[in-house]
Amino acid sequence: MTAIASVLFYILLRGAGQLRWEIFVRSPSPLKGEYGILPGLINTLYIILLTLLAAAPVGIGAAVYLSEYARPGKLTRLVEFTVGTLAGIPSVVYGLFGAVFFGETLRLGYSILTGSLTLSLMVLPIIIRSGQDTLEAVPAALRESALGCGATQWQMLRTVVLPCAKRGLAASVLLVVGRITGESAALLFTAGAASNLPRNWLTHPLSSGASLTVQMYLGISNGRYIDEAFGIALVLAGILTALYFLTGALTAERRDRGEDSL
Amino acid sequence: MSGHLTADHFNLWYSTDRGGTHALRDISLDIPPKQLLALIGPSGCGKSSFLRSLNRMNERTPGVKHTGSILLDGADIYAPGTDLPFLRKRVGMVFQKPTPFPMSIYDNIAYGPRLQGVRSRQELDGIVEASLRAAALWGEVSSRLKKPASGLSGGQQQRLCIARALAVGPEVLLMDEPTSALDPLSTGKIEELMGELKTRYTVVAVTHNMGQARRISDRTAFFLDGELIECGKTKELFCMPGDRRTEYYITGQHREK
Repeated sequence: MTAIASVLFYILLRGAGQLRWEIFVRSPSPLKGEYGILPGLINTLYIILLTLLAAAPVGIGAAVYLSEYARPGKLTRLVEFTVGTLAGIPSVVYGLFGAVFFGETLRLGYSILTGSLTLSLMVLPIIIRSGQDTLEAVPAALRESALGCGATQWQMLRTVVLPCAKRGLAASVLLVVGRITGESAALLFTAGAASNLPRNWLTHPLSSGASLTVQMYLGISNGRYIDEAFGIALVLAGILTALYFLTGALTAERRDRGEDSL
Repeated sequence: MSGHLTADHFNLWYSTDRGGTHALRDISLDIPPKQLLALIGPSGCGKSSFLRSLNRMNERTPGVKHTGSILLDGADIYAPGTDLPFLRKRVGMVFQKPTPFPMSIYDNIAYGPRLQGVRSRQELDGIVEASLRAAALWGEVSSRLKKPASGLSGGQQQRLCIARALAVGPEVLLMDEPTSALDPLSTGKIEELMGELKTRYTVVAVTHNMGQARRISDRTAFFLDGELIECGKTKELFCMPGDRRTEYYITGQHREK
């Protein structure tokens, strides 16, 4: 506990001085001798959105299928085992796979899209797992009440189960946003290292782009931007803290409304 | 359609990875319409399984198997091609704990009718009022129909669930220990309500409360270890049980089996 607090305190101490407003609106430019994190912020945002776009519908769909439709049997157990195993693979392995499969085989190169697709594979098992947990927490009696009113399986799902689970599902997506924001290894060989502002918002995902974490890593590894790296660390810590409280608020309100006690 | 249920040599098994349980053994039981049948027996005796077999809710348990048949007005509800949502519309269900949906009181009652495609506001208003009146809840909630159902007390929530089940126009009402999670006052109201409901519906209720079974039921069926030991008019069954095991159970001497 003390160790964690001292890490945070140290980041705050060294990073706070870096948080001048200019860095939020500038690109890093060694020529002009300026430093900025705007491209990194934009790239991170792109990666979050694209990853969620790819992973959230599939993940929630799979969670719904596994918890609501699949009959328990060998196939379900196999899928659940696979999901469990995938969740435990180090992210750098996903990075390697993404670079080879999306980058080379599908010829997407070093790009934000390659990075996002790679991350979507990485977070998919997390969304499936926590989505399943959320759905299975909806009480059986509530489901049976819906069926008892003459609802079909799908009507029950749509009118009772999903409304009860929507906050939990949103929370599991937020959890994943945290993972994406903090990921670096899997992005390093997939999304590239460029810190440029988008020239075209639509084609930007096809170009190389460093996330905040990758920008931070590069700054540290070439030894020139150690102090700036602390600034980025502080920004990341701020984003993750905000996500934490947002997730907490989502689940807490649910408890207040008494939906858990059903 | 009168809501006449008949079980005919009905058997039920739950199978798990490590073998199975024979949960219901050769149950044959006639449930006359517009009466209240109480199902009694110790925990795990099969009475809830039997109740859940009457609208095929038991099928939600993985690995469940049955033989024999259950007839609703002469037609086997387990026949292939049976329309399950339609069956459950005819055979409604109320659970041990109140299960209001996370929506308004009005929407809870209108839930079933809306699924059946009732869209007209006027018609829905009529169904909601009639159902709430039938469940003796109208007076308490008529001024706050748009409020969340979760704000009601436990007893009110249970009557809401009864109203919700009535709103789809069932012929049979299955109740699984409907008062065991309620205080005595709320229990009294539900019991009174059950007494009125049985004049319009066939009611089958599981209860652990012998007093309740005596007070509200016309007939009582005693289950033990998956078998139907006996079934008869409540007064006769309680005064002169035909079987030793029934006598032990209703007088609380079940332990010395």
